[in-house]
Amino acid sequence: MADRQLHILYFAWVREKIGLSEEWIPAPTPDVRIMDLVALLTARSNGHAEAFADHHRIRAAVDQVFVPLDTPLGDARELALFPPVTGG
Amino acid sequence: MILISVQEADFDTAAELAALEAQGGGGIASFTGIVRGEGNLLDMRLDHYPGMTEAQIERIAREAAARWPALLGIRIIHRIGTLTPGARIVFVGTASRHRTAALESCAWLIDWLKTHAPFWKKERFADGREQWVEARLEDIARTGASAN
Repeated sequence: MADRQLHILYFAWVREKIGLSEEWIPAPTPDVRIMDLVALLTARSNGHAEAFADHHRIRAAVDQVFVPLDTPLGDARELALFPPVTGG
Repeated sequence: MILISVQEADFDTAAELAALEAQGGGGIASFTGIVRGEGNLLDMRLDHYPGMTEAQIERIAREAAARWPALLGIRIIHRIGTLTPGARIVFVGTASRHRTAALESCAWLIDWLKTHAPFWKKERFADGREQWVEARLEDIARTGASAN
């Protein structure tokens, strides 16, 4: 359990500010909400801090399903963090 | 028929419409999105979330089929990669027994693609400027309480 990893993906300007398209971190406990994890991620680098300075501009998907940021991570394997989408 | 494509290649609108006409219904509706060349736009690059994009579009196409049982066909094409002004970027086509289901579901699907499909556009301008397209407030508002 201690070595379970969470795969984090970044897209668009979140990816550019952080300078990474993905990273792996030790999986937090299931009660940790996405917004709590985002707050923790800001400590990893200046790029992370800049990308997550305003969490109202961040959207998330857990295991490829959109979820609100106050969702607990549960047993998520993949978390994606990105700006509001602009397709179509 | 539900057919989803996320691709770099261009598509043939007439061929797509003909395939929908062959579904045996009484009406076809379609929407084609074109890259606008405003503000000396050189090109735009579409970023997406591989794997999730196709699954998410298929999920919503199935929801449309459930909402409009008269639908006989749904065709969605979304391009990725680098696109220049005038290029086709997205196609939504629907076939149904009568016009109402085709027209309504087509409008609903393109609205949904704008607000719920994991694509991001980055614009590049003639003066060297680059910027990510910001989501429109009205599109964000339309997302409402449902996150999917």
